[in-house]
Amino acid sequence: MPNSILRLENLRKKFGGVVAVDDLNLVFNKGEVTALIGPNGAGKTTVFNLITGFVKPTAGTILFKDIRLNHKKPHAIAALGIGRTFQNVQVFSNMTVLENVMVGRHLRSRNGMLMSAFLPPMLRREENRIRASAQERLVLLGLDRYAHLPAGSLPLGNQRMLEIARALALEPTLLFLDEPASGLNARETMAMGELIHKIKSMNITVILVEHDMELVMDISDRVAVINFGRLIAQGTPKEVQLNPDVINAYLGT
Amino acid sequence: MTSSSFSDILQFFFMGLQRGCIYALAAMGFNMIYNATGIINFAQGEFVVLGGLMMVTLTMAVKLPIPLAFLSTTVFVTLVGIAMERFTINPVKHPTVLRLIIITIAVSIIIKGLAMCFWGKNSHFMRHFSSTETLDFYGATILPQTLWIIGILLLIVAGYIYFFNYTMTGKCMRACAINRDAARLAGINDRKMVMLSFALSAGIGAIAGIIITPIIQMDYARGALLGIKGFGAAVLGGLGNSMGAIIAGVFIGILEALAAGYISSHYMDAIALIILMLVLFVRPSGIFGSSEAMRLKEF
Repeated sequence: MPNSILRLENLRKKFGGVVAVDDLNLVFNKGEVTALIGPNGAGKTTVFNLITGFVKPTAGTILFKDIRLNHKKPHAIAALGIGRTFQNVQVFSNMTVLENVMVGRHLRSRNGMLMSAFLPPMLRREENRIRASAQERLVLLGLDRYAHLPAGSLPLGNQRMLEIARALALEPTLLFLDEPASGLNARETMAMGELIHKIKSMNITVILVEHDMELVMDISDRVAVINFGRLIAQGTPKEVQLNPDVINAYLGT
Repeated sequence: MTSSSFSDILQFFFMGLQRGCIYALAAMGFNMIYNATGIINFAQGEFVVLGGLMMVTLTMAVKLPIPLAFLSTTVFVTLVGIAMERFTINPVKHPTVLRLIIITIAVSIIIKGLAMCFWGKNSHFMRHFSSTETLDFYGATILPQTLWIIGILLLIVAGYIYFFNYTMTGKCMRACAINRDAARLAGINDRKMVMLSFALSAGIGAIAGIIITPIIQMDYARGALLGIKGFGAAVLGGLGNSMGAIIAGVFIGILEALAAGYISSHYMDAIALIILMLVLFVRPSGIFGSSEAMRLKEF
């Protein structure tokens, strides 16, 4: 029996009169790759935004290893070891690739904010440590040769990789990927799949939203299907593919 | 061109340079807060005034040595900046750009009122950092204080470059300015960065006030005009672009001095405002700004 790392209990979010997430109950297992799928507008990204603190739930509970995330701010949630990427890539475009990852790493710095601003000699050592480990992440994702280019100048596929590198710099135990393959070509999508396998092997729990079903079925241990903010099916990729409700939701009646 | 007219130009140039440095520093202050919050802090000029007046008290009344007074004044105004952020900006429930700007106007009025209570309505003299004996330079004269001003501006620029490019805190501030959401996701406490931006811009404002006071004599009401000129420099340099702001600040200062010399000193204060309007009419993103930095349109 695998341990759960994240539980959503009766999670609900209303935007005005629209119920985006409707009494959602979901448990995510530690060490697994779980895909959250569903038609457009099903509320998948809202679920991500709720968990990472960008929107506040109307009702219900989000529990990460028994810590309630409900009213925590995004930076505090990140500090717990929850990383995330966005659907539309969000890199710090006029900073270098290396700096992007270094910023992602700053939480693991031993110096406080004032220390790292005003204590130059100590800081150099700490900065070098951060720089070195950021460099390692870049090597892992094959971005090291772009280290000193401005992040905005990279092609989309590499920007996505960079966003993941930045999230990994946080040393997360839980990583959310919002449509990691969107806008990528076939070759880049394959590389993304391999990368997600690699992340899983680093003992990081991955939860992703993705429309590329081939990729989803290939990399996921479990799949949860939501429609109109409700959970309509979950299970292994095989089980879900055969579920009549899922076929219905995707193909219509 | 005769040698006397050359030395005239040189003289106006130096006069402009010393004022321009102050506008540049005020503009840097505007930019820091703008980058962190998207607002224009109308109390920026008040930071400059507070710096000047506090320095006058500490050197002329308390008779502290200048380096010590310089440091204490900077720390004091920095704390005022932090207090302003903590008590008037941070508690706002739904911070919209317009609301925050109106708050900064309120704070500027309050600071101005308090400064009047403490320091009165008179102009205050302060002694120069070193001697007041002018130095000759190709027929023009320079006050040693002008050299102090230029030197301190250069030091601040160097510190600024170091901070934003070589320290993690500086990088995090830049990240926050470029993409707030992604920065929060990387674990950056954006509210803390806002506080830090107020602290830094108050500190820089204080230094501007400290170094200019021996030359212009500070009074409680100078903040608005200094602020507007600094704002003009910030807009001309491209809002949010501090290197642009420094060049623009110095440029406005020199233009002002030339206008005072060759047209009439009555028009001197109008120059910065005319430039401000021209830039807003013709190229709102400023000379060094990109259209991306056009978030000014928010209000």
